[in-house]
Amino acid sequence: MSDTTLEIKDLSVEVEGRQILHDINLTIKTGETHVLFGPNGNGKTTLLMTIMGSPKYRITKGNIILKGTDITNLPMDERARMGIGMSMQRPPVVRGVKTRDMVTACARGRESDDELNSIFLSTNLNELVDRDINYGFSGGEIKRSELAQLLAQKPDLVLLDEPESGVDLVNIALIGHLINQLLQKKHPIRERMRSGLIITHTGHILDYVDARTGYVMLAGTIICEGDPHEILKTIVKKGYEECRKCIA
Amino acid sequence: MHSLDTSKESKEKARAAAAKKARFGEDIELAKYEHAAAELPYQEDLSVISGDAKSQMLQTGVVVDDTSQRSGTIIQMDHSVIHSITKQDDIEVMSTMKALEKYDWLAEYMWKAVAVDADKYTAHVELNPGNGYFIRALPGSKTVYPVQACLYIGKKNLAQSVHNIIIAEEGSELHIITGCTTAPREEPAMHLGVSEFYIKKGAKISFTMIHNWSPETEVRPRTGVIMEEGGIYLSNYIIMKPVKSLQANPIARCNGNNTITRFNSIVLCPPGSNMDLGSQVILNGAGSRTEIISRAITTGGNIVARGYIEGNAPDVKGHLECRGLILKGDGHIHAIPELKGNLAGIDLSHEAAVGKIAEEEVEYLMMRGLTRDEATATIVRGFLRVEIEGLPPELTAQIKQAVETAEKDLM
Repeated sequence: MSDTTLEIKDLSVEVEGRQILHDINLTIKTGETHVLFGPNGNGKTTLLMTIMGSPKYRITKGNIILKGTDITNLPMDERARMGIGMSMQRPPVVRGVKTRDMVTACARGRESDDELNSIFLSTNLNELVDRDINYGFSGGEIKRSELAQLLAQKPDLVLLDEPESGVDLVNIALIGHLINQLLQKKHPIRERMRSGLIITHTGHILDYVDARTGYVMLAGTIICEGDPHEILKTIVKKGYEECRKCIA
Repeated sequence: MHSLDTSKESKEKARAAAAKKARFGEDIELAKYEHAAAELPYQEDLSVISGDAKSQMLQTGVVVDDTSQRSGTIIQMDHSVIHSITKQDDIEVMSTMKALEKYDWLAEYMWKAVAVDADKYTAHVELNPGNGYFIRALPGSKTVYPVQACLYIGKKNLAQSVHNIIIAEEGSELHIITGCTTAPREEPAMHLGVSEFYIKKGAKISFTMIHNWSPETEVRPRTGVIMEEGGIYLSNYIIMKPVKSLQANPIARCNGNNTITRFNSIVLCPPGSNMDLGSQVILNGAGSRTEIISRAITTGGNIVARGYIEGNAPDVKGHLECRGLILKGDGHIHAIPELKGNLAGIDLSHEAAVGKIAEEEVEYLMMRGLTRDEATATIVRGFLRVEIEGLPPELTAQIKQAVETAEKDLM
């Protein structure tokens, strides 16, 4: 078994004819969590959606390797079944499809009713299970629902797009706890089988979730790699202007 | 063939309207159909019904082999009521003809909720009576299980003429499942069905109707409901199979205060089918409430989805929700929601949407590991899921089964 969960090689991506990502290289070893910083509109979501396999994002160059298998040309449902799970920042409402249906579908028959109920309990979703997915949900409810789906899906690679956005202070601790549960943070790193790539705009999530590596993405390029807390400190202190100096 | 004992006045009005075109739907030439059918024998034992007919009935929720979960059963084939039974003393189930013979007062209920001269189809039913069913819940009674009624067309090219009267007396609760179907052959036929509902003070009727016609059938149901104070009427209409032409626009007149009316319809329109379906609610009683919910899917057929709510009394509230999905093919959906308010203090609203399945919804489900087909099926299932309250579990299960069966064909 490969000790590398995700390997991205020279990846360039365009959306509707416009080049968004340029020559991205990134490796996440099994059990590691990495964080991607960057201002809005600089390609962070594009990278996650490309890894997930959304057809809107067209790979013009490079490869995506998941656990040793090249998945560059696989559709998103196959990628999901191979072990990629993603929490969207703004998932769509699907009328008539209940939260319970979605979480159950994610489990694909692997989880018993008791286990699913335990997921609803831990994500504090009991009041939402019979409501249409994402319909009228608050920011925190959307995040908890997304994480419940991932807890049922049990992906090897967890992609989280701004898990703290729109979440109040009470909920953010719970979100952090759920992400730690999802990424098996209780276990020593050698025993963790799940890896994570988290987009964060504000960095708040780092108060709750440990990450090994941080990146800064500007204009569709990774311009910096290092200790996530150090990177965050710099961004908080000097803003992304400091990062821009690195590519000037 | 017996003749219904209706008034001379009704006959005169019917004759005057014999050529009157309906307001909606294509005009059907009635002369191309046969109007008489042989009298079929009464059957005590339903096991004599052919396997084909049983299967057709079953698809409309009418069970003949095991009626233990039904409070009563009435089956009309062509123009003959071949079986009618009630298992409760306080629920009456019989043919309309028999009921008119039994009760002099029943003539007063004929053509009060539906106008005899509404159009040529109502006129035809008056001038060419072909029976129908009478179901009545006595005051304070409550059906343990639903009463089932089946209208079956077996004869080729027959215009089946039906006049149903349903009465829920004061404080009663009546659940009905009606299945309308034809022999499993692709032969022309027509169904003209008048149904008049009378819901007395504090009474409740749930009426679940499943249509399963042959693709060559033309159908013109005409339904009227008159409600007294505190009455509740819940209508669930499901059609998931092809039909050549179907036009219906039932109307509930909520004359008493504090009534509740809900029309749910689930419609699947395959290629070659034309469906013009609506529901109308006239809120005449103060504090009355209504909800009209329709879900329409076309896979190539044409749908007109109408809805009309009129508020004529203080503190009435109504909501109309009409959603259409163009799944495939080149059919169209024309949603026509209408609201009319005639005084201050009423609260009427509507929402209508027609479109295709949103790609981002499909992708969202695929992101969770569902294949494209599984994702589409899940979204369609969700679309067709209408929250139905106030039904006994047997009926809820029946509706679910009808929808699920169609989903399999759809995918």
